[in-house]
Amino acid sequence: MENFRHEIKKEGGMNVPGVIYASEKIYEDIKKDRASEQVKNVAKLKGIVKESIALPDCHVGYGFPIGGVAAFDLKKGIICPGGIGYDINCSVRLLRTNLKKEDILKKQKEIVKGLYEKVPSGVGHGSPFQISYKELDKLLEGGAKYMVEKGYGIKEDYIHSEEEGCMEEADSSKVSKKAKARGIGQIGTIGAGNHFLEVQFVDKLYNKKVAKDYGLSLGQVVVMIHCGSRGLGHQVASDYIKLMEEEYGFLGLPDRQLINAPIESKLGKDYFKAMSAAANFAFANKQLITFWVREKLGEIFYPKKVKVEVLYDVCHNIAKIEEYVVDGKKMKVCVHRKGATRSYGKGRKEIPADYRNSGQPVLIPGSMGTASYVLVGEKKSEEITFGSTVHGAGRVMSRSEAMKKLSGNEIKNNLEKLGIKVGAGSEKGLAQEAPEVYKDIDEVVRIVDSLGISKKVAKMKPLVVIKG
Amino acid sequence: MKFKFLSHTADLKFRVYGKTIEEIFENSSRALFSSICEEKIKNKKKIKIKVSGKDYLNLLYNFLEELLFLIDSKDFFVSEFLSLSINKKNLSLSAEIVGDSGKNYCVHSQIKAVTYNNMFLKKYGKRWIAQVVLDV
Repeated sequence: MENFRHEIKKEGGMNVPGVIYASEKIYEDIKKDRASEQVKNVAKLKGIVKESIALPDCHVGYGFPIGGVAAFDLKKGIICPGGIGYDINCSVRLLRTNLKKEDILKKQKEIVKGLYEKVPSGVGHGSPFQISYKELDKLLEGGAKYMVEKGYGIKEDYIHSEEEGCMEEADSSKVSKKAKARGIGQIGTIGAGNHFLEVQFVDKLYNKKVAKDYGLSLGQVVVMIHCGSRGLGHQVASDYIKLMEEEYGFLGLPDRQLINAPIESKLGKDYFKAMSAAANFAFANKQLITFWVREKLGEIFYPKKVKVEVLYDVCHNIAKIEEYVVDGKKMKVCVHRKGATRSYGKGRKEIPADYRNSGQPVLIPGSMGTASYVLVGEKKSEEITFGSTVHGAGRVMSRSEAMKKLSGNEIKNNLEKLGIKVGAGSEKGLAQEAPEVYKDIDEVVRIVDSLGISKKVAKMKPLVVIKG
Repeated sequence: MKFKFLSHTADLKFRVYGKTIEEIFENSSRALFSSICEEKIKNKKKIKIKVSGKDYLNLLYNFLEELLFLIDSKDFFVSEFLSLSINKKNLSLSAEIVGDSGKNYCVHSQIKAVTYNNMFLKKYGKRWIAQVVLDV
C-alpha cells in the first residue's frame, strides 16, 4: 500500500506533530506553497490535541491551510476564526431528482436560462426574498428548519442535513448589526467566486449498495448547490477577528491570522454562538435555493411531475464539539474543519436513519466542468482525522495568474464542446475557476478512498453550470 | 502606476502607490473594484462615508471594509471620489463618492473580507506604498 502519511516532526514551539496526507504526485504540488508551514503554525496553538492535520486538497489559506483539520481540548484549548474561514459554513447540498440525463439534454438551454434567472448569483444583495430584521434573527437561530416552517420546503429536507440544518448553539444577538445588514438581502443567493449551482448526472457507481441507500442510480440527474453564509458570515469572521485582536493581541502568535480566544472565555463562547448563527444562515440559504430549483424544474418539465429531494447537506468550514478517543481516552474536543468535510462511519446517531447502515454521505464538488463525487464516511476517519475528509480539489494556481493565462471565453467553449452549458455573470470569473487552476479531483478522491477515511460511492458529471 | 496585483494561491494580493496618503486610499479602492469588475463604473449615485481608525493601517482596513459593506448592503460600486480627506489628528476619514448599482455590471470575483495578512502602509522617500490581501 502507498504511504500517504507525510509527518512533520514536533519542533520549536509545536505542541503536537503535524501530518499531511497526500500521494507523491499531490505532495509535490503541496510543497510549492506555504501550506506545510501553516500546518506547523497550527500545531503551536494552545490546547491542540494529537496532530495538526492537512488533507490532500490542502493549500495555503488564512491562518490555517485550507484542507486543514485541528482539534482542541475544551478546557485548555482555543477557538480560532482562521481555522474556520471567512466563509462560515461554506457548504454543499446535493438534490436527487427523478430526471434522467436525456431529459436535461433535450432542454439544456432552457434550464441554463431558467436557473440563471431564478437563482440570484453575483455580488451585492439582489435576493427577491425580503424579510425584517426580527425575522432574520429567527432565521439565524432556526436555519433550514426556519425556512421549512415558513413553507419553503419539507421536513425531509432538513432531516437530510448535517446538524439537521440547524446549529442549536446559535445566538443571533452575538451577530453584529453590520453583519446582518450585509446578509439580509442575500438570502437565497449563490454569490460569486468558487460557488455554483450545477445540474449533474450520475456517470459511475462504485458501491451499488450504498448508492441504493442514497437513492442514486446511473444516468440519474442530481443538482449540486455550493455556497455559504455570504456577507453575513464574512462579517462575523471579520468582527470577531477584530475583537480577539483587541482582547488578546497577537504577540507570541506564529502568525497574526491565527488570532484566537480560549474556548472557555466569554469571547470564545460568543464567537461560537455567532459562528453557529452564520452556519444557520448558510443552511437557510441553500433551503431557499432548493425551493427555487424545485419550482423552476417543475415549470420546465410540466406536466411531468419532477421530484427533487435533498440527498444531503455538508459543512466545509465549521467548528464543532465532538467526541473522539485520544491516547486511549474518550474526550470531547472542538474540531476545526477549514475546507474539510465531516466523514462519520455507519451507526452514528448524527446520520439520518435511512443512511445509518451505510454511513454519512460526503459531498465533494469538483472544479467547474470536472467530476464531482459522493463518498461515504468511514470509521477510519474517526481514528485518524477527527472524523474528517477532503472537501474538493484544492487550488494550485492563483486567481490573478489564472486571469492572465486563461481566457474565459475559451473555457466556456471548451466546456460546451464537452456538452456542458454555462450560465455565468462574467467570463473573467470563469477563468479564475477553470479546471486548470485546481488539483486533479480524481487523484484527491483516490487518496482518501485508499486511506479509508471515506469511500467512493458515485461520480457525477456536469450538464449545466450556473456561476456568479 | 496606481496599483498592481501580486501572485497568491488562494487570495488576491495588491500593492498600491500614491504621492499622498489620500491617494493610497483612493487607489486601494480602485484596486478593490478592479478585482471585482472590469467594466468602467458609471457616476449615477452619490454617497458619503465616514470611517475612523487607530492608526493609518487600521484606517485603511476599516475603509476597505466599509466599501465591502456598501457592496453587500447597498449594492453600491465605487466609480470615483469627489472628495476624500483624512483628519490626521483623530484619524478619521470622510469621503464623497460617486458610483452605480452593482446590478448593472458583470462581476468576476467576490471579495469576502479585508485581511491583515502581509498588510503594510509605509512612506518610502516621497512616495507612499501599501499592500493588502483580500480574502476571496
